[in-house]
Amino acid sequence: MGIRVENLTKRFGSFVAVEDVTFDIPTGELVALLGPSGGGKSTILRIIAGLERADEGSVYLDDQRVDHLHPRARRVGFVFQHYALFRHMTVFENIAFGLQVQRMPKAKREARVRELLRIMGLEGLDDRYPSQLSGGQRQRVALARSLAPEPRLLLLDEPFGAVDAKVREELRRWLRRMHEQIHVTSIFVTHDQEEAFAVSDRVMIIHRGRLEQQGSPGEILDEPTNEFVARFVGEVNVFESLVRDGLAEIGPVRVPVKAIEDGPARLVVRCYDIRVWRAEQGVATVTRVMSFGDRVKVEATIDGGAGFVAIIPRRSNLLTGVEVGCRVDIEISHLRVYPAGSGA
Amino acid sequence: MAGTRRIGAWSRGTLFLFAAVVIYLAVLLLLPIAALVVQVAKTGLSSLFGQVFGGDALRALEMSLILAVIAAVVNGIFGVAAGIVFVRHKFMGRRVLDALSDMPLSVSPVMVGLAFLLIFGRGGWFTPILDLLHFKITFAFPGLVIATLFVTLPFTLREVSYVLLELGEEEEEAAAILGASPWQIFFRVTLPNIKNALAYGVTLTIARALGEFGAVLIIGGAISGKTQTGTTFINVAMEERRDAAAYGMALVLAVASVLLLLVLEALKKVEIKADEE
Repeated sequence: MGIRVENLTKRFGSFVAVEDVTFDIPTGELVALLGPSGGGKSTILRIIAGLERADEGSVYLDDQRVDHLHPRARRVGFVFQHYALFRHMTVFENIAFGLQVQRMPKAKREARVRELLRIMGLEGLDDRYPSQLSGGQRQRVALARSLAPEPRLLLLDEPFGAVDAKVREELRRWLRRMHEQIHVTSIFVTHDQEEAFAVSDRVMIIHRGRLEQQGSPGEILDEPTNEFVARFVGEVNVFESLVRDGLAEIGPVRVPVKAIEDGPARLVVRCYDIRVWRAEQGVATVTRVMSFGDRVKVEATIDGGAGFVAIIPRRSNLLTGVEVGCRVDIEISHLRVYPAGSGA
Repeated sequence: MAGTRRIGAWSRGTLFLFAAVVIYLAVLLLLPIAALVVQVAKTGLSSLFGQVFGGDALRALEMSLILAVIAAVVNGIFGVAAGIVFVRHKFMGRRVLDALSDMPLSVSPVMVGLAFLLIFGRGGWFTPILDLLHFKITFAFPGLVIATLFVTLPFTLREVSYVLLELGEEEEEAAAILGASPWQIFFRVTLPNIKNALAYGVTLTIARALGEFGAVLIIGGAISGKTQTGTTFINVAMEERRDAAAYGMALVLAVASVLLLLVLEALKKVEIKADEE
């Protein structure tokens, strides 16, 4: 089932939490809402679920406008960040709750709960209480509970935020697998870009209540449409520069740029798109070299003051002789130019 | 023994503080109860209960129990309803209403009784209407009910509000999304989560209702066999120098208090156990 959100706006007092957000998600897709905390992602999710009322705009599920519908009539699933399991009910009762209030016959209900317990790897835990489960188990119970009534849309609010790193990794892979099996249209909110890129088909970047960009992980990384997105995903360098005759100046360095008028501009360069190598003449001086497993971070200052970070594979020949205080040449293989003063 | 070793490890200051607290509690709490028990022992238990379980004393005790039950039911329901309204809904004047609900804790019950007399008593605001309907509030059962409800108003409300605030709304939201109706959410999610708080609040309400004196005396007049409660009976019995009856009633009420105290302790333990799980 598809979902369409049109011109959604939500204010809390004078604070604009969501501003004119429009998007379309085709049936069966798994989409991530990615952005810094407090940017309005969760509010969008809560509006879609009916827990919050939008000041302007509409939500359509399967081409049916649902703005007037109570959450219980929308047939969506919702997984809360802190699980929100019913604490006085067992695992079994939690998962069965939605089926029970919707009056599914007992035998059918039990079969459905058993099936979910099996799919979620929760067998044998059915008469435990939520307080007797680990974080990862609780999250899976929450997911099973939301999936039990076969929702047409699954909403997950920072689903892995409250579990530790290792379990999170496992749950991610597992969510991806789940989605490939049942193909329910899903939206999940996260502030973790790795998580968004690892799990989703498509990523929407939300910042200060606005949808900044949407696209595949590759598109977001390589073609950020504005400076905020470029800076938010991945590690980047930002250079203040002056463009003259199609060349951007960073100190003594000249970089060809396209499609921008002469004048001040900002260059955003990913750390892995800068290469450095030792050169006695050089244009920059290395200030720090740090090793991180398979990669090495080289910090250097271009003559004239601009500092940058380059990330280079550890076994690369480029690193030969690169040490603190040495002179290096640089090459920028890929960059984005934004007019000065744009973005965040 | 673990206990003695722990005391041995205390510093002098802590020891002094401990002693001060124990002595203070002993003088204030244990001494009066001990005095009552000694007095009862002197008079003889059987003759005391003979004084209580008969005639006007028994009717006074019955009255106290009926009032306590009414207060528990009415303010139990009100406490839950108001708790949900105050904690879960935002509206103009919510804070004022919320603060106002605590007033019975701070004002003297005697003053409350007087205030109700001004409304319902001779020459009161509503008296003409009540006279027309031949409905008597002051110096009658309805007056006792109103006075008791007033003084026991905040207990359940406070306990329930506090727990509702702690719980947050997520479980209720989850239930709504899963398709539950408001009543289903209340009975299957909210109520089970606040049931300990409700029990605690109701127990406090009963204890307070049994102990109420000033308001029921002023508005009810302690008419023997009609508007007399356990506490006002003690007052009258003392004035009439029926000491044995007074001590007997005091003992019965004290025993009831101790029982309620045990219930409260048991509820606290349930709460702690639930938290540990």
